[in-house]
Amino acid sequence: MSIRTITFDAIVVGGGGAGMRASLQMAQSGFKTALISKVFPTRSHTVSAQGGITCAIASSDPNDDWRWHMYDTVKGSDYIGDQEAIEYMCSVGPEAVFELDHMGLPFSRTEEGRIYQRPFGGQSKNFGEGGQAARTCAAADRTGHALLHTLYQQNLKSGTQFYNEWYAAELVKDADDNVCGVIAISIETGETVFFKAKATVFATGGAGRIYSSTTNALINTGDGVGMALRAGLPVQDMEMWQFHPTGIAGAGTLVTEGCRGEGGYLINKDGERFMERYAPNAKDLASRDVVARSMMMEILDGRGDGPDGDYVYLKLDHLGEEVLHSRLPGICELSITFAQVDPVKEPIPVVPTCHYMMGGIPTNVNGQALKFSNGHEGEGEFVNGLFAVGEVACVSVHGANRLGGNSLLDLVVFGRAAGLHIEEALRQGMPQYEPSDDDLDRALSRVNRWNDSKDGESVADLRKELQSTMQNHFGVFRKGDLMEEGVEKLAKLRERIAKAHLQDKSQSFNTARIEALELDNLLEVAEATALAASGRTESRGAHSRYDFPDRDDENWLCHSVFDPKSQKLGKREVNFKPKTVDTFQPKIRTY
Amino acid sequence: MKVSIYRYNPDTDREPSMKEYEVDTQGKDLMVLDVLNLVKEQDESMAYRRSCREGVCGSDGMNINGKNGLACITPLSEVAPGVKDGKKPLVLRPLPGLPVIRDLVVDMTMFYNQYEKVQPYLQNDTPAPAIERLQTPEDRAKLDGLYECILCACCSTSCPSFWWNPEKFLGPAALLQSYRFLADSRDEATEERLSRLDDPFSLFRCHGIMNCVSVCPKGLNPTRAIGHIRSMLLERGV
Repeated sequence: MSIRTITFDAIVVGGGGAGMRASLQMAQSGFKTALISKVFPTRSHTVSAQGGITCAIASSDPNDDWRWHMYDTVKGSDYIGDQEAIEYMCSVGPEAVFELDHMGLPFSRTEEGRIYQRPFGGQSKNFGEGGQAARTCAAADRTGHALLHTLYQQNLKSGTQFYNEWYAAELVKDADDNVCGVIAISIETGETVFFKAKATVFATGGAGRIYSSTTNALINTGDGVGMALRAGLPVQDMEMWQFHPTGIAGAGTLVTEGCRGEGGYLINKDGERFMERYAPNAKDLASRDVVARSMMMEILDGRGDGPDGDYVYLKLDHLGEEVLHSRLPGICELSITFAQVDPVKEPIPVVPTCHYMMGGIPTNVNGQALKFSNGHEGEGEFVNGLFAVGEVACVSVHGANRLGGNSLLDLVVFGRAAGLHIEEALRQGMPQYEPSDDDLDRALSRVNRWNDSKDGESVADLRKELQSTMQNHFGVFRKGDLMEEGVEKLAKLRERIAKAHLQDKSQSFNTARIEALELDNLLEVAEATALAASGRTESRGAHSRYDFPDRDDENWLCHSVFDPKSQKLGKREVNFKPKTVDTFQPKIRTY
Repeated sequence: MKVSIYRYNPDTDREPSMKEYEVDTQGKDLMVLDVLNLVKEQDESMAYRRSCREGVCGSDGMNINGKNGLACITPLSEVAPGVKDGKKPLVLRPLPGLPVIRDLVVDMTMFYNQYEKVQPYLQNDTPAPAIERLQTPEDRAKLDGLYECILCACCSTSCPSFWWNPEKFLGPAALLQSYRFLADSRDEATEERLSRLDDPFSLFRCHGIMNCVSVCPKGLNPTRAIGHIRSMLLERGV
């Protein structure tokens, strides 16, 4: 076994917000840290986040309280978010956001010079009793861009070692499931290297590309989830996919919820503000799952517009040119480019579009990856050496439905938390697990499989088929028999993908090879999603079934856990034990 | 429609060449990136960078019929008259002035090096308060038109001064970021930042050609930022 080995204390896989917040923490503490990213870090998908980062920093309302934010998040999760983790995120949040300002993030400002906050969906004051809150800290409508560039700049300052345009292909673990590092490929040269580390942090983001229509970047292929599943590790709540209410019809590009926060609203083809019927109080600022379903019902009832009657509109023109150009400049650009519509004059055609993976690798608040042995009960045991943060992780703060603005907070709070934990663990002497030659061969086998392929179907065709299967069988509304068909199609796709062909075997910047390796990951994510979705026989949060239209707290007030070894779906208790506040008991969820 | 693309694979090609493709766009006004994706379905060996496909990540800067731009937000109708209707070919080349790794992928090391040279991070040694550092909306407005840069390199690789001295002249992108921190009321390193720019090359090789302004896909104006720095340097000299 001759493969070059590079050794670090810690490696982070993924250069988005979570990964760079984690690497920054570790690099500042002086440990030898590498960040491996398949794109130059500022090209990561965090850059596309628009509206902001939700956090009770008490700028717009001096009496704001992180406990109110916690209440909203628990309710938004449809009660399967872990309350200890949500408590941690909401209470530590302000410190993490102020740090971002100190790092230089160019937040928009209030007249008092504080950070500007805007209203977002699902936000309330006084535990749902005090009306709409304005809690989302914003840098115009480019908050993700501002955040990602700021974190990259701070990592430059702190001396993080970047391996940009390196693709992490497989997890390396020993016979006892202890993680030793990853196999990664230099995209530029084609060299395959073993990155060995005491701590391996997955920050690989989401996998929206399992659907044909998604707000996600082309790089969001679920690489971390794919690697974890192939390594036999479990994933949690994979049926929970958020469909963002306002993707531009046709193009799929995101239009921030901040538009509705600033006073925009949805109308059907008759010009009716239909959310007043579905959510009389919160209206257009109800939770995303509620708004997306309402839009689909309007469309299915024949009140959508366009040649195929398949979209509704987001109306913004009443806000006036000045507000639109100062608060939502990026949206004006995107709308003109991708919908050929100037929102100052006309409404934007929009449709619910796949946006966010609430599920992922189960972790605790320190980012430590978990596995479960007996019936998935209890808190689980650690996967030694493996951590996960950001969208790839399921810690779980979003449960069955994420609130807008909570993803950026999740990134910085848990990227930071994992960094702090690993820093301390390294100081106390974290072990380095050593893989055998067989362990390394196993990790390399997938790369070799594609390199040795001689004929078969093309990656592009198979990817399209996978995406349309997910789109048609596992969309906003789901049904048992339709999902069963989808599961069967995916099983056949698995056989075909195993025999697919990579024509281009060259070494330098071979993007065909990367796309082939990504297809394996898309398949893993899609299959876990499909089996979890058909297994959860209720409707909760983003998971909505015609055949089981009601929430079933008796049987399903729990996480689902998909075990790739047995291909079975188990259940895991939700954490209802916050440390400093009383438990928020499940209630009927209305907006 | 016809597409003509610069191809070079160091593993197999001794020199670069232009390769022609026929793509069926069904008459739609696709983005240039959509066309490239269709080419890649025909020929998977075609290499280019792409990520967000909405003009915010800066991956797919390239030379499109002679002008630098982002493939994902450039519709065929805006490339040149006749391209969308197939009367004229779409011609794609890598960004000029940087070494080509393969096809449309250039080695951006020089570009990133210049970015790092301006120390593109906030510097402030005053202990931070328990909340954010306050900043007035007027001071914050000074960062508009600066912080939005996506590091796509369309500007620097269209700049003759950068082509000529890519090691010594920082180029429009890096200078725009330099001014982004000079203009930030929270930054305290103004003097150090200015003294690092005070030589004949780093900044003063800008001759106001303004190619950077005409190509910036985000509508930013590096020449104006360079002008502001120039004034700061001159005032400081007096």
